[in-house]
Amino acid sequence: MAETEKKKVIKPIKNFSLEEYISSGHRACQGCAEVLAVRHVLKAIGPDMILAMATGCMEIISSPYPLTSWNVPWIHVAFENAAAVASGVESGLKALRRKGRVPDKDITIVAMGGDGGTTDIGFQALSGMMERGHKVIYVCVDNEAYMNTGIQRSSSTPFGATTTTSPAGKNAPAGQMTWKKDMVAIAAAHGIPYTATACPSFFTDLQKKVQKAKEIQGPSYIHILSVCPTGWRIQPNKAIEYGQLAVDSGVFPLYEVEQGIWKLNRKPKELKPVSEYFKGQGRYRHLDESLTTEIQEKINSRWKKLLDQCGEKTEK
Amino acid sequence: MGRKVGVEVSIAAADAVGLCDVDVVAAYPITPQTHVVEHLSELCASGELDAEFVPVESEHSAMSVCCGSSAAGARTFTSTSAQGLALMAEIVFIASSMRFPIVMLLANRALSAPLSIWNDHSDTMMVRDSGWIQIFCENGQEVYDAIFHSFRVAEDPRVSLPVMINVDGFNLTHVIEPIEFWSKEMVGKYLPPFKPLYTLHPSKVVSMGAFGMPEIYTEARKAQDEALWKSYPVIKQGWDELAELTGRKYSPVECYKTEGADTIILAMGSICETASLAVDKMREDGKKVGLVKLRLWRPLPVDDIKKALRGAKDVLVLDRAVSFGAANAPVTSEIRSIMYHEPDRPNVHNIIAGLGGRDVTPDHVIKMVESALVDTNYGYNIFGVRS
Repeated sequence: MAETEKKKVIKPIKNFSLEEYISSGHRACQGCAEVLAVRHVLKAIGPDMILAMATGCMEIISSPYPLTSWNVPWIHVAFENAAAVASGVESGLKALRRKGRVPDKDITIVAMGGDGGTTDIGFQALSGMMERGHKVIYVCVDNEAYMNTGIQRSSSTPFGATTTTSPAGKNAPAGQMTWKKDMVAIAAAHGIPYTATACPSFFTDLQKKVQKAKEIQGPSYIHILSVCPTGWRIQPNKAIEYGQLAVDSGVFPLYEVEQGIWKLNRKPKELKPVSEYFKGQGRYRHLDESLTTEIQEKINSRWKKLLDQCGEKTEK
Repeated sequence: MGRKVGVEVSIAAADAVGLCDVDVVAAYPITPQTHVVEHLSELCASGELDAEFVPVESEHSAMSVCCGSSAAGARTFTSTSAQGLALMAEIVFIASSMRFPIVMLLANRALSAPLSIWNDHSDTMMVRDSGWIQIFCENGQEVYDAIFHSFRVAEDPRVSLPVMINVDGFNLTHVIEPIEFWSKEMVGKYLPPFKPLYTLHPSKVVSMGAFGMPEIYTEARKAQDEALWKSYPVIKQGWDELAELTGRKYSPVECYKTEGADTIILAMGSICETASLAVDKMREDGKKVGLVKLRLWRPLPVDDIKKALRGAKDVLVLDRAVSFGAANAPVTSEIRSIMYHEPDRPNVHNIIAGLGGRDVTPDHVIKMVESALVDTNYGYNIFGVRS
């Protein structure tokens, strides 16, 4: 080993748990950033949690009976009701603790779903959970399509991406012809105490946000961009890189809304062009220059709006 | 013994739920279920009942919340009707497959379209095969007693299945009846605290609701079917002990003036009271008619039904729902299937009546019996349809 390499010291990360709450041996695709996101979420919360999960990639890769990858109490009921099931777990435990029937221990209740289970079919249950004020952390692991069933579009699929139900063609030159649903703003509009975006490419930021949500009284919503090599048509070793690019190009900015105050968590000096993010992603291969420009303009205007919301200077 | 008071059946049912010291009630408003959960929310608000009342945004979430709370180990109740049941149907099936001992009062109501808020059994027949224990009630006292019985059966570790209490909407939910209330001491004697086999708690990690590959799904289904059949003796035991406590004896199948009867009417729910009046009248006129009330619909008391119908020449099944395009209506299907291999099997006639709140009187029932006995077409007829 070379002398220089020997000297490299990996700094311990504060509060970083060495425990694994989702065990290896699960069936996620190679290079899946979603299972990585889940791993970090669980590490940030620790063992005293109960997880209600929607049907989707994470449920399927982790629970083929009689096997399970979960080292925390875990429940799956259906596709669209993770938020409602979590509401029930929270309410049940609340009553049981009050009546002294379970130990008075602080247990974090987490609901988790993919973008389909959150922004589409699970939207109503999530809205109900947030409105009623259950103390639940809702985590959306957003890989931008229904990947579990074979890459079909969702309302979280970005404009310009092809999926098997939003293919590019003469009448749909962009593939997906609608813009990604702004679920974070919708969650924030419920007036819940904490909302944030995150990405496992920035896992310390992700863990910090989850830990913040854990401490907050009331519902919280964390929207995690989870790069999907299979669905995005990229090499399995590129998930972290594309997550970084998504953040640094302004496609998926990292910010949080705490008690109504918007705060930007990562401000690149200059946004990378979206074309750099698109490059190498099979799902954007069909885009021509004019469509790319249209998307770039949208990103620019959204970025400007976000900077305004976050009280950042917008000199440019 | 408890006190006897005149009270609306829905309110009495809610009081019974309160006496059971439930932990979570999740519900969405739908007619004619509303009075049940309104009163429960009042009990929670006033502090008379120490429970979480979760006013959900849909029936789908109502049943989902119930699954979550039941999984956490909480005693859980909900109530719905018709379209509400249709919306929650997906989770109704999952609740029984995941063995959550939830108790649900179903205020039976017709399904749309046309929109109807009135009573029949279309809603419950939709979830006939959902794996729940399903019982039918004839009057207010039965509804009230059924609440305690249902929690006891559902939560029995030998059972661990959800129970659906069928109560005819308006015809029963909204009437005032004399009901003998239970005392707290009686409930304490009859209903043990809920001790779930598995709960979601970090002290003992479990995974609930895994997915089943083709190698395991059939076995899981078989196990679930066996579990439902095995609930039968526990249901009966629950009723036997209820009789010791209250003096009121319930059984899966009940016979009224069937001794020596040539013709037997078989029905479920509050229409049985109407039919019993018709039987009285026909007996007065020297006609050998009796009534069989089917209280337990799932698991179906096959042997009890055979025994009850033995010796009859004709059986008239009063169905309260249409099974579109089928050979006969749902209850008749079962009765014909049960009796087919019996020696001296009776003619099984099928009349569908009282759909969408259409009134059925004792005179109507007499007419149905008369028309059925001369009918040799063993399909089904819908009673009283205007041309």
